[in-house]
Formats: sequence, C-alpha cells, structure tokens
Amino acid sequence: MSDMLTVSGLVKEFDVRSTKGLRSSNQRVQAVSNVSFTIGNGETLGLVGESGSGKTTVGRCVLQLLAPTAGSVVFKGEELVGIDRSRMRDLRRDMQIVFQDPFASLDPRLTVGSAISEPLAIHRVEGDHDDRVRELLTLVGLSPDHARRFPHEFSGGQRQRIGIARALALNPSFLVLDEPVSALDVSIQAGVVNLLHDLQDEMGLSYLFIAHDLSVVRHVSHRVAVMYLGKVVEVSSAEELHGAPAHPYTEALLSAVPEPDPVVERMRERIVLVGDVPSPINPPSGCRFRTRCGRAEMRCAEEEPVLREVSQNHMVACHFPNEVPITIGARPA
Amino acid sequence: MSAPILSIRDLRVSFPTPAGLVRAVRGVNFNLEPGELVGVVGESGSGKSVSFLSIMGLLPPHAQVSGSAILAGQEMIGVDRDTVRRMRGKKVAMIFQDPLSALNPVQRVGAQIVEMIQSHQHLDDDAAHARAMELLDLVGLPQPDVRARQYPHQFSGGMRQRVMIAMAIANDPDVLIADEPTTALDVTVQAQILDVIQEIRRMTDTAVVFITHDLGVIARIADRVEVMYAGNCVEKAPVGDLFAHSNHPYTRGLLASLPVVGRDRLSPIVGAPPNMLAPPEGCAFRPRCPHAADECRGASGELVQAGPTLSACVRISEIGVSR
Repeated sequence: MSDMLTVSGLVKEFDVRSTKGLRSSNQRVQAVSNVSFTIGNGETLGLVGESGSGKTTVGRCVLQLLAPTAGSVVFKGEELVGIDRSRMRDLRRDMQIVFQDPFASLDPRLTVGSAISEPLAIHRVEGDHDDRVRELLTLVGLSPDHARRFPHEFSGGQRQRIGIARALALNPSFLVLDEPVSALDVSIQAGVVNLLHDLQDEMGLSYLFIAHDLSVVRHVSHRVAVMYLGKVVEVSSAEELHGAPAHPYTEALLSAVPEPDPVVERMRERIVLVGDVPSPINPPSGCRFRTRCGRAEMRCAEEEPVLREVSQNHMVACHFPNEVPITIGARPA
Repeated sequence: MSAPILSIRDLRVSFPTPAGLVRAVRGVNFNLEPGELVGVVGESGSGKSVSFLSIMGLLPPHAQVSGSAILAGQEMIGVDRDTVRRMRGKKVAMIFQDPLSALNPVQRVGAQIVEMIQSHQHLDDDAAHARAMELLDLVGLPQPDVRARQYPHQFSGGMRQRVMIAMAIANDPDVLIADEPTTALDVTVQAQILDVIQEIRRMTDTAVVFITHDLGVIARIADRVEVMYAGNCVEKAPVGDLFAHSNHPYTRGLLASLPVVGRDRLSPIVGAPPNMLAPPEGCAFRPRCPHAADECRGASGELVQAGPTLSACVRISEIGVSR
C-alpha cells in the first residue's frame, strides 16, 4: 500500500502576547511539536487528544491552511511545505476538509446548491454543475430538490451532509474530517458515521479523522494517533490501541471514557488523572505527560521519550511503556 | 420508600414565538427520592433542561408554565418570585454546562462562595469564610486558601466546575440539579467531576438530577434514568434495566446508534426530532419509529409497566417486552 500522505517532523508555533499588569511580552507557543505519521490509500487515521493537544492545528497544517513552522508534508509524492500558491490551489481539488460546526461552515445566504457548486466554479470544472449538485446530494443521502433550499431549513445532521457533499464536489481522494460528528446528537451522528464509511468504501477515500470522542474514533479508524500537548504519544491499529494501550496517557484516556453499560461501568477500575493539562507555553521538560503520570521517574524529566516501535505497527513515546498494570495514577485522597 | 423530595406533576412549558407556540415540555411527571441520583437523558430539544429550569424559576418571563412541582413541601410553579428565590440556593441548587458564564468575572472566587453562604445563612464573615474553605476542599480544589483569592479566569474549566459545585452545595440543598455539567469538559476532567459529584452524594445525602445526552455518563453514575423525547418522558427505569431491558423503541434506537466495541455498522434513528411548534399527535416518536402503527396516533403518553421499566409505548407488548 503506497502512502497518500506522509507527515514528518511537523512543527507549528504561534506567537502569543501575554500581559502581566501593565507589562506585556511576546512568547512562542509550540502547538504542534515534531509530529510524524502516514496515511495509506483508503485508510482512516484517527487523531485524538483533548483540548489544546494540537490535533486541529495538525489538520490545518496538513492542508496548508496554516503554514507549518518546520517539517514536511508529502501528499501523493509531492512536498506541500513551501509549495507555490497556484500549485497548492490545484492540489486542493484533491484534498478537502469538513468542519465541526455545520451551522458556521455554511453561508446562510447561499442556497445549498450554490454552496456545493462553489468549488466547481472556483476550479472551473466543465460540465453541468446542477447535475453534479443533484448527484452529490443523492450521494450523501439528501434529496436532489434540496439544492434550492437555504441552510437554515436543515437540521444539524443534514447540514453536516451538505458540508460533506461540498467537500466531495471536486472528487478528492483525501479528506480532513475535523470533529465532523461532535456537534450532532447520537441518533443523528450514527447516520453520518455510516455515510463516511460508505463513501470510503465506494470512492476509496483516505481520511484524517480528528476527534476527541474515543468511541467514535475507534469505530471509524483503521489506525489511531493519540496526541498530548502537541506531541504524538502513541500510534497503533484501532483494535490494539483499545485492547492493549502502551502509553499511560492513552490508558488514562480510555479509562475515562464512560461506556454505555452500567455493569461494566461499575466494575471497571478507573485511572483518574490528577490536575489539568499544563500550559503549552511552558511545557514540562522531558516527557510532557510526566506531571500527571503515575509511572514518572527522574529519567522522564531529563530525557524526552521518542516514538519507538513496541510491537509491529505500534509506536509509543514512553520510557516505561505498558510495564505497570492498569492501576497507575494516584487519586486525590 | 420515603416521601419524594421533589414531585413534579403534569409540568408544561410553552414559549410564544412569532411562528406560534413552541411546546417544549408537554406533561412531565417526575419524582425524586431523598439521596438518589436520577439521570435525565434526551437529545437536543427534548425539553430536559427546560423542565428543570422552570422549577428553578429561571425561564424568561414570557415562558408559559403550568402544572405543579413540589420541592421539600413547597410549590415552585406559579408562586411569587421571592418564594422561589428563598428556595433557590437553599433547598435546590443548579450547576450548568458553562461555569464561566455562571461566575462573576470581577469578583474573587472565595467572595462569591461567601456571598452564597451569607445570603441564606446567618454566619459572620469569619465563619462563612471558614465554610467556603471547607467547601473548596470538599470539591477537591488544591490550595483552597490561595485559590479563593483568585478570579474565575485564572481557573481551568474543570476547576471552575468544582467552584460551581462548591457554591451549589454551600447551603446543603436537598436537591442538586446538574445540567450537562461535564459536556464542555475533556474526558479526563469529566471523570474527575463525576467523582466529585459522587463524593458529595456520599457525604451529604443530597438528591441529584443529572441532565445529560451522554448515555455513558448515565451508565456510570445514575441510580435511575428517565428518557425524554419531544417534551415527554417516554421511559423510566433503574439504570441496569434501562440498558439491559429497554422497552421503548426510542431508547432502543438510541442504544443501537452508539458506537460500541464489536458493532460493525451503527443503526441511526431515521429522520429528525419533531418541530415543537406542531408536534405529532399521539406518540411524538411515531414518524421515526420502525414499529409505528395507527394506534400510535391515539397514544396518551401514559407510562405503563413493561418488564422492569415504565414505558410510554402503546405497542410494546406487540413489539416484544424485554424482561
């Protein structure tokens, strides 16, 4: 399987202005710090992490919607970092994005048909755009007549389908899905998840699926990368990640997700992480997770763990991966 | 069984809008026993939040509320604002999804808790301050004395929610209403807050109404569950029975749509929730229900025993009761 996308050593820094009293100073925050991963043809890579982990920034950097500070993004053999704008615009036909909020991502004054055909006009695609719009609406499970309506006439789930139809208009082979179902109710979410599955099967799409909801990610992804404070801490197949997580943060994250089963919920032993995610402006030395980790030792403060293979296709950035059984992380008394 | 601490009868809430009357809550009955934790689950627009906001007297003045809600012996619906205000904070308290908008940004956190205590209890400043420290410690805020002198913007989301909980339990209320208190939080922080709520139950015997759309959270903490759909309660059951022996097509549909391990394809519920300007007559779930029949048009919404649960489905014995 050849790779659709190869990201290596990706870094994104932002300038932030911090004010203390009357004095202000400029600081740099590294939102994404040396992130590498690949996505194969027809593959879904889930990218999970909590707020501030940098997962959305990774998605934007991949599409060059944000310019990476350093690193490389190779899409179908072509380096995107530093590419000239007109070439990038051509490539965007092939790589598209679906956003979280289907209420904010559609122009309220454009009919659904115009919203979906806009990319066709921008890229001067030949042929009957109206036909293509009808075809796309049918593809995402809406009615072709919906083209004449406005976004406010649709529910959240329907709007997300419109967003997907627009992303598919130019027949891309790669989609960044940035929390595409997080704003939807579960009964609606399931339909959109199924749609994404079907589209992948039919069109051989590759997805970067960004989400904070691990149960959805597990369901849709072939492989999953877990981010913490701008770094990827673990990458593995979805099954192995959930069955045998090796990084203590992944373990804690999985154990924090409430399972919809009261019997399981009341039996399971839970790892409750203490405290909050530290500020990315001044991240901990060595391993960034060590301040909340039950396995942390001196070495973790001094030496940054690099991502290494612990079993086939299972990479972990931890000095002590999966050596202590599940009862890590001290709870407050 | 003791007398309920909160008893809601035929609660109805409507909002006049230019397009007509939105009937958000359409005849809810609800009992809460002292010390129990009841999960109220439903999707957006099911009326779960509006029901409890109406009891707190927190709806905008144009809302039309009828029915009865007796809390610790006091009627809360249709009474004057002073009566409701005296109850609020003392007998019943509420925490919300977004703690930042519920805290005063320009007042120190400690002072806000002290104000809450002194508005219902005759304590001098020192005693109220000591009580505030005790509360912050109880909700697991590290260094309460330092934190009390800080402002809300200096707190993380999880810490703010802990402060909200401290304020809510400041006057030992009989009932705590938690409206999606962990929805805006990351899962690891959510786990901490759920622990705090359970700890408070152990220590104070406060009864909790936990409103959420997350069935996983319900499975973790609720004793009993009420499922709401389109302004009505459609099923109520002890938590174990709701997940193992659900007897309403809507609840079954919700459970089938969850991405759980080993489920290859999800089963969404077809369609969308009804427009509450003109909800369907009879059973409101009818247009989306795979088992709908003519008799559903005349469904009264009354809950009847079906296996271990109480279900509003009139066809449940034909569809098949799970025991």
